Amino acid sequence: MTQEKEIVLQHPKDPSALLDVIRDVQTRLGHVPEEAVSRIAAHLKLSEAEVRGAVTFYHFFSLTPRGASTVYLNDSITSRMNGRTAVARAFEEEADCRFGEVSPDGRVGLSSTSCIGMNDQEPSAIVDGVVFTKLSPDKARAIVRGLRDGTPASGLVAEFGDGANQSSLVRAMVSNNIRKRGPVLFGPHEPGAAVRKAVSMTPEQVIDEVKKAGLLGRGGAGFPTGLKWEFCRREKAPERYVVCNADEGEPGTFKDRVVLTELPGLLFEGMAVAGYAVGARTGVLYLRSEYAYLRAHLEAVLAGLRKEGILGKRIAGSPKFSFDIVIKSGAGAYICGEESALLESAEGKRGEPRDRPPFPVQAGYLDRPTTVNNVETLATAARIVVEGAAWFKAMGTPKSAGTKLLSVSGDCARPGVYEVEYGLSIAELLDMAGAPEAKAVQVGGPSGTCVSKAGYQRKICFSDLPTGGSVIVFGPDRDIFEVVENFMEFFVEESCGWCTPCRAGNVLLKKKFEKVAHGKGTEGDLRDLEAWGKLVKATSRCGLGQTSPNPILTTMQNFPELYEARIQKGRDFVPEFDLAAAIQDGCAAANRRPACKEADHE
Amino acid sequence: MNDIRFTIDGKECLGKPGQTIVEAAKANGVYIPVLCHFEGLKPVGSCRICTVRVGGRFMAACTQPLIEGMAVENTAPDLEDMRKSLIEMLFVEGNHLCPSCEKSGNCELQALAYRYQLMAPRFPYLWPRRDIDASAPLLMLDGNRCIQCLRCVRACRAKDGRKVFAAVDRSHRVKIEVDKKLAAHLSEDQARRAMDICPVGAILRKETGFAVPIGRRKFDRAPIGSDVEKGTGR
Repeated sequence: MTQEKEIVLQHPKDPSALLDVIRDVQTRLGHVPEEAVSRIAAHLKLSEAEVRGAVTFYHFFSLTPRGASTVYLNDSITSRMNGRTAVARAFEEEADCRFGEVSPDGRVGLSSTSCIGMNDQEPSAIVDGVVFTKLSPDKARAIVRGLRDGTPASGLVAEFGDGANQSSLVRAMVSNNIRKRGPVLFGPHEPGAAVRKAVSMTPEQVIDEVKKAGLLGRGGAGFPTGLKWEFCRREKAPERYVVCNADEGEPGTFKDRVVLTELPGLLFEGMAVAGYAVGARTGVLYLRSEYAYLRAHLEAVLAGLRKEGILGKRIAGSPKFSFDIVIKSGAGAYICGEESALLESAEGKRGEPRDRPPFPVQAGYLDRPTTVNNVETLATAARIVVEGAAWFKAMGTPKSAGTKLLSVSGDCARPGVYEVEYGLSIAELLDMAGAPEAKAVQVGGPSGTCVSKAGYQRKICFSDLPTGGSVIVFGPDRDIFEVVENFMEFFVEESCGWCTPCRAGNVLLKKKFEKVAHGKGTEGDLRDLEAWGKLVKATSRCGLGQTSPNPILTTMQNFPELYEARIQKGRDFVPEFDLAAAIQDGCAAANRRPACKEADHE
Repeated sequence: MNDIRFTIDGKECLGKPGQTIVEAAKANGVYIPVLCHFEGLKPVGSCRICTVRVGGRFMAACTQPLIEGMAVENTAPDLEDMRKSLIEMLFVEGNHLCPSCEKSGNCELQALAYRYQLMAPRFPYLWPRRDIDASAPLLMLDGNRCIQCLRCVRACRAKDGRKVFAAVDRSHRVKIEVDKKLAAHLSEDQARRAMDICPVGAILRKETGFAVPIGRRKFDRAPIGSDVEKGTGR
C-alpha cells in the first residue's frame, strides 16, 4: 500500500473530513502530491478539482513540495520594522534559495506568511509547526544549519517563554508579555465557578445577565453577545452549536494567543456557558493553524475539565446539561476569521464567506443554528455569569461596558497584552506602552484606522475607535507609505477572490497607491484612490473588502500633508511607467550607452 | 402567503415571500443587471453588478430576499456608476478581446458593457497571464475570459453529483479548473450546457463555432435587459 493510500484510509469517508485528510498528507509528505489528490477525491466522493481547490485555498497546504522542512517567515509590518529584511536574507543565503523556493538539497523550503500572532516578538517564523521568535540573521542561519543536519525544529528551541509556554505540552519560546492585568479576564477565577453558576440559573436568565451586562463582541464587529445567543436559542432545531472563533488573523493582534495559553479553562467555561444558554451540546474551537503549537496543551485542559465534571455528560451537577468541545484546525487564511468563512472551513471546505441571510444563528455549522463568538468574548461571558452584570457594567463607558484586551506592538518600549477599561485614550495607552514619540497609531489592525497625533485624545470604545485588539505604534521615523503598502499587499493576498471588487479592486487600489507612493501621483490619482476605495467598501461581499481600503482612506484623511508632499502638484498626468528610466536600465543591462540623454524624453 | 409590498425607485411593486430582489424586480418589469446570477441556480453574489441600495445600505439584489416595505434604489446615478466600474474591473482584470471571441454577441459581459456605454475603462489593464486548457475532449477553458461567476461550478455535475468545475487558488490568482477525469466523460448535452451557461467565452464547445454569424446573435437583436423592461421576460 502506498503511503498516500495508507494516510487517506485512516479518515472517515465524509467530505467534512477533507481538510483533516489534506493536513495529514501535508504534514507527513511535505505536500499533497497528485496521487494523494486522486486518493482523497475517490475516498470522499469529491472531484479532484474540488480537492485541488481546497488545497490551494490555504496557505499552509501545497500541491508542490515545500522542502523536508518549511520556514514560514512572518511578513507583517512589525516584522519588517524589527529587521525582517536581514533575517530573510540570512535564511536565503544559508538555504541557498529564495523565498517561495526549496533549497537545492530539498531539505529546507522558504515561504513568507501573513501575521502569525507574534507581533510583540518579531521577527518571528513558524518552522514545521514550531514557533521561533525574535529572530536575528545569526539565529536564522542556525535554524537552517540545524534542519539540514537533521535536527527536528523542536530541537532547535533553546529557551522557553514564561507561564504555560514552559509546560511540557507547549515548550515554546513564545513570551506572554502580559503588561497589564485587568479585573475581568485576569481577575481571580475559581475553575468551574462559571459553569456551576450558569446551570443554577435558567438559560434565559443567563442570556438576560449577559444582555444586561452590555457585552459586545470582542472580535471587532461589536454585536451584542446576549442578543446573538437569544437569536440562536429561539431557532427551532434538533441541534445547535457554539463555535469559538480562535482565528485571530488581523495583523498585530495576539491577545487570543495569550488567553489560549494562560486562560484556556476560562475560555472553555465560557463556551459551556454559551452552550447552556443557547441549548447546544457541542462546542467547536476553530484554532488558527499558526497556534497549532498550543493544541496539545488545549486538549490536556479539555481532558482535565472532563475529569472534573465541568465538561462532558450532565456537568456541574446538572441533571440534564451535557456539553463537550472539539478542536478544529485552520490552515492559513485570514478570511477564515470571518464567521461564515470560518464555518465553511470548519466543515472541511474552502474558507469562502456565505451570503446572509441566513445568518449563522439561523443556519450555521452543519446548517444548524450556531453562535460564533470570539475567544475573548466567551472568556468574558464566563466572568460576567460569575460576577454579575452590574459588576461588569460599572467598568468602561456607558455604551462600551467592561474591559478590552489590547495587543500592542511596534515602536514602543513595552509591547504586549494590556487589559484596559473601554474609554482609554490613545495618549494614555501610548503612555502605558512607552511610546512618547509615536507619529501614528494603527488601531484595529489594517482594517481599522490609522490615527495621527491630532487624534490621540480619541478613545478606544465602540462609538469612537473600535478594535478587535490590534494596536500598532509607528515611531517618528517610519514611512507611513511603507506601512500602507504592506497592509494592501496583505489584503490582496488574503482576499478569497470570490467577488469582483475585493478580488480585482484591491489589486487596482494597490497599484494606484504605489504610483502615488513612488512619487508619480497627481491630484487626480488621489481623487481616484478615494473613489475606488469607497467603491470597494460599498460593493464587496464581506467584511474583508468592506474594510480593505481603510489603510489608504484613513491615512489620506489623517495624514493629508504626507500625500500632498508625495504627489506632483499642478501636473495633470504623470505616467506610471518611466520610459526614460526604463531605457537607462535596459541599456545598462545590455552594456550599451543610451543614444540620447534622459532629458530628451521629457 | 401574502404578497410583499416594496418599491423600486419609487415604483410600487408586489413580490412573493422568499423571492430575491432581482427575481421580484423582474416579475414587476424592472431590470436589475446581473452577471453571475442564473435562473434556477443558487445565487452567490460574486459579480456584485446587481448592487442596489436599501435604506442607505448597499446589497447584492441577487442574494437579498425581499422584506416588506423595503425601498430599493436601482438607478441612482452613483449606483449605476458603481456598476459600470465593476464591469470595467472585470474587463481589466482579464483579457477580453471581443472581435476574436466566439461568444461575441452572445456574451453577457459585452452586452452589459454596451448597456453601460463603456468606452475606455477608468482602471489600467492588468494583462494577466492566464492559461487555456483544451485537454478535455469536448470543451476548452479559456482563463483569459473567465469572470469567476461560478455558474459552471454550480450547474455542472457528474452523474454521481461530483463537481465538474471548481475554483482553485485564491485572491486575484483564483481560477476555475475543469476536473480532467470527469471532463473526459462529459456527454454532448453536458458540454453544451456548460458552454451555454457561461456568460462569457471562457467555456467553449470544441471543434464547432460561429454557427450563428456575428450580427445575428442574441444581443445583436435585442440589448440585454430589454426583455425584462418590455415585459417579455419570463
